[in-house]
Amino acid sequence: MNGVHDMGGMQDMGPIHHEQEEPAFHAAWEGRIYGIDRSLRSIGKWNLDAWRHQIELLPPADYLRMTYYERWLQVNEQLLVKHGLATPKELASGAPEPGSTKATPALTAAVVALRLGRGMPSSHDPAVLPKFKVGERVRARNMHPSGHTRLPRYARGKTGAIVRDHGVYLFPDTNAHFQGENRQHVYSVRFSARELWGEPAPPRDSVHLDLWDNYLKHA
Amino acid sequence: MAHAQDHEHEHQAVPSDPALRVKALESLLVEKGLVDPGALDLLVDRFEHKVGPRDGARVVARAWVDPAYKQRLLADAPSAIAELGYAGGQGEHMLAVENTPKVHNVVVCTLCSCYPWTLLGLPPVWYKSAAYRSRAVIDPRGVLREFGTQIDAAVEVRVWDSTAELRYIVIPERPAGTENLSEEELAALVTRDAMVGVSKVPGRGEKA
Repeated sequence: MNGVHDMGGMQDMGPIHHEQEEPAFHAAWEGRIYGIDRSLRSIGKWNLDAWRHQIELLPPADYLRMTYYERWLQVNEQLLVKHGLATPKELASGAPEPGSTKATPALTAAVVALRLGRGMPSSHDPAVLPKFKVGERVRARNMHPSGHTRLPRYARGKTGAIVRDHGVYLFPDTNAHFQGENRQHVYSVRFSARELWGEPAPPRDSVHLDLWDNYLKHA
Repeated sequence: MAHAQDHEHEHQAVPSDPALRVKALESLLVEKGLVDPGALDLLVDRFEHKVGPRDGARVVARAWVDPAYKQRLLADAPSAIAELGYAGGQGEHMLAVENTPKVHNVVVCTLCSCYPWTLLGLPPVWYKSAAYRSRAVIDPRGVLREFGTQIDAAVEVRVWDSTAELRYIVIPERPAGTENLSEEELAALVTRDAMVGVSKVPGRGEKA
């Protein structure tokens, strides 16, 4: 989706505000929504890609106006309703509707204490063969899917070189929409700054992106 | 949140104050058995008190004093950081990139906020800001100058846009004049910003 979240290369977003001695959370509610988010994702009704896409679906003006954790709050409310775990009425009242069933939390304190964080799916899968080799020249596809993708606009159609094969990962473009994991290789692809931004860019500088097989073709 | 379709229940509209909304959400989810408040306490405590840039700094200091460790870190970061007791979270697919006199690395996530939680904790607000995410790829040298970091024209500025599940940590250059420092003293010099790549590690007594 060519959304406002795809910010690489945009200009005039203002100065960078660097806060000294920044706390992990700026208010208690930020920590609570962080924990709620992790807990709800552990239930397994939605995956990380679907979660990211839900954030991308926020109306652009809201996306830019909201703070980071306000976005998390908004999408967790939306995902709860979307996946039938809560109703809008319950979210408004803060109390379960009469007769709603009581679940058992997927992420308990005991689980958090034991297993600090959940691992990602393994990147080793010898059954999935790479389409590209280190050193090969590749072109990022000129594609504009209306759903989730991790190929930023600024790299589309540009030519680079494979510098590393990271192994096998789930394909976000389908996984975000529950249309299959589509496991495939992800590579570090080096693009020169000049290829991306034109002649004024410093000649030695580069940008490396991690890109899936389906985003690439031979150059 | 007062959408037009909510007019029948306007008196129940979700409060716009995020603190109140989160409070209502937590109590609902605890009631429904979807969230364990004890798990929330532990997660908050973990990022407020346990995980943070000093973890990454330990890894960097070890890499500075032990060339064999640095080689293992560059070749297989998840195993190398596990040697120091770090694992889990998003650390499985950690990648370390090394600054040298010829290359200066900078990390960004232009699409969201991907960050090496395992070694640096949660990302600072500026890392997640539109200003940083938009500009780090098109004008990294300008961004670095904003952080007070000048990179010589002869040096390659190499930006890593975290578009997949790889999480990057920069091994900064060890500052001159630190030959006699212990590993622990070296770790104390390493800043979060240097491990994201927006600044260099200052020598002892230098201003960051």
